[in-house]
Amino acid sequence: MSLVSVDTISLHLGGRQVLDQVSLDIEPGEIVTIVGPNGSGKSTLLRVIIGALSPKIGKITRKKGLKIGYVPQKLHIDPTLPLTVRRFLSLPKRVSDDAAHAALHDAGAGHLCHHQMTALSGGQFQRVLLARALLTNPDLLILDEATQGLDQPGSADFYSQIERLRREKGCAVLMVSHELHVVMAASDRVICLNGHVCCHGAPEHVASAPEYRALFGTGTHGALALYRHDHDHDACDHDHTSDHHHHDTAHKESA
Amino acid sequence: MSLLDDFIVRAVLAGLGLVLAAAPLGCFVVWRRMAYFGDATAHAALLGVALALAFNISIFAGVLSIALIMAVTVSALSGRGFAMDTILGVMAHSSLAFGLVAVSFVPGVRVDLMAYLFGDILAVGRSDLLVIWLGAALVVGLLYWRWSALLTATLNPDLAYASGISPKREQMILSLALALVVAVAIKVVGTLLIAAMLLIPAASARTFSRTPERMAAIAMVIGVLSVLGGIQSAFTFDTPTGPTIVCVAALLFVAANLVRLLRAQVK
Repeated sequence: MSLVSVDTISLHLGGRQVLDQVSLDIEPGEIVTIVGPNGSGKSTLLRVIIGALSPKIGKITRKKGLKIGYVPQKLHIDPTLPLTVRRFLSLPKRVSDDAAHAALHDAGAGHLCHHQMTALSGGQFQRVLLARALLTNPDLLILDEATQGLDQPGSADFYSQIERLRREKGCAVLMVSHELHVVMAASDRVICLNGHVCCHGAPEHVASAPEYRALFGTGTHGALALYRHDHDHDACDHDHTSDHHHHDTAHKESA
Repeated sequence: MSLLDDFIVRAVLAGLGLVLAAAPLGCFVVWRRMAYFGDATAHAALLGVALALAFNISIFAGVLSIALIMAVTVSALSGRGFAMDTILGVMAHSSLAFGLVAVSFVPGVRVDLMAYLFGDILAVGRSDLLVIWLGAALVVGLLYWRWSALLTATLNPDLAYASGISPKREQMILSLALALVVAVAIKVVGTLLIAAMLLIPAASARTFSRTPERMAAIAMVIGVLSVLGGIQSAFTFDTPTGPTIVCVAALLFVAANLVRLLRAQVK
């Protein structure tokens, strides 16, 4: 049974249609990545899945007793709220000191235990958020641009930890990311979203194409080319093979 | 000691009951930037007083129901295109105005409004004490029971949702607790000073705190000191008791921040 099953949901926010008949299933243990341009509804879709938004059209089903670990894109902590890292890890459920230290150590933030949350740097903050999300032993880990603010080794660590986690604990991972070259290697499935689901498929399928290897070898250049393919079409009838041509031409034109 | 006449003992007990509930609740008011919410609820309470007098029900019941209606209305209206401070401003000032007008209609009763604006802690009776301590115990119990969920929802609504906590429900619980504290406090410090007793001890405690629980505990201590010092000073200098309590709390706030400044200098 799927952990989460999103069935043709549509959602309007502030008079604008943000999600248009989006369907998505997440199976236990798989890593799914959502890519798409700014304003394409990626974060909105994640917020629907955690239950912060309830769409009036369509249906979302969560497995009974589903435990979600959520790492938000940004977390503002009001400076009037004193909060140590250790205390933060025990929200909302108290965890033992041993578990807290182990989680922090795993996340590469072992020395931060007694720091104030508001005194952390962006990268340290993300590591602590990840440690907290992992402490609940989630069935599904949801990461919204979780590597924002991490340096390159930090972000590589981050992803390798997520893969290890999936291996050891079998938790599924749903993430939004811009680091396509990392994501392509780690994901089981990639979903391209622009209000509606433009296309989805296995990254191996995509990555096996030599032109894609070239594209992702050049970092953001390749990533931008992927985003540039025709997002505004109404039908979703194209597959990845037809995408290749788009990227290929886009790449050649810009080269 | 003959100085501790019965009414002074009752005043001290009433004040202590109030601050023990108001201090931890005030922390949430500070963290969630709801300072004006306490103000607005307190202003609305005056309408409750007027209605209670008109319909001859207890002041406590009148204030509690108006404060609750106010809390529910604000929760329902927020996030529908109105800014929070606008909603609160409209509600606070109009309910205060309606309250004052309504009081003038109450026949046969000469109402001393000053008593409700500033409270009269020295006039607290045994039954008032019971109401105050029951209300305070209820608020403290509510906060203790929901502490973790409230804190998570305060930190970030999305984190709360992901942990299966409804931030809307927690917001409602806080509003309920706030309404209770206002209803309980109106006799002690009056509507104008309730917000002060919520905010000032919590704001002073921030300086000395590293965790939320510590801040709530220190706020309680500062609240208790304000009540004891305030009643003592009011007795010594023959000043109105409610405002004197708030003055002592304000001085403690200044002292706390001076300590912080000095500490920063030393570092």
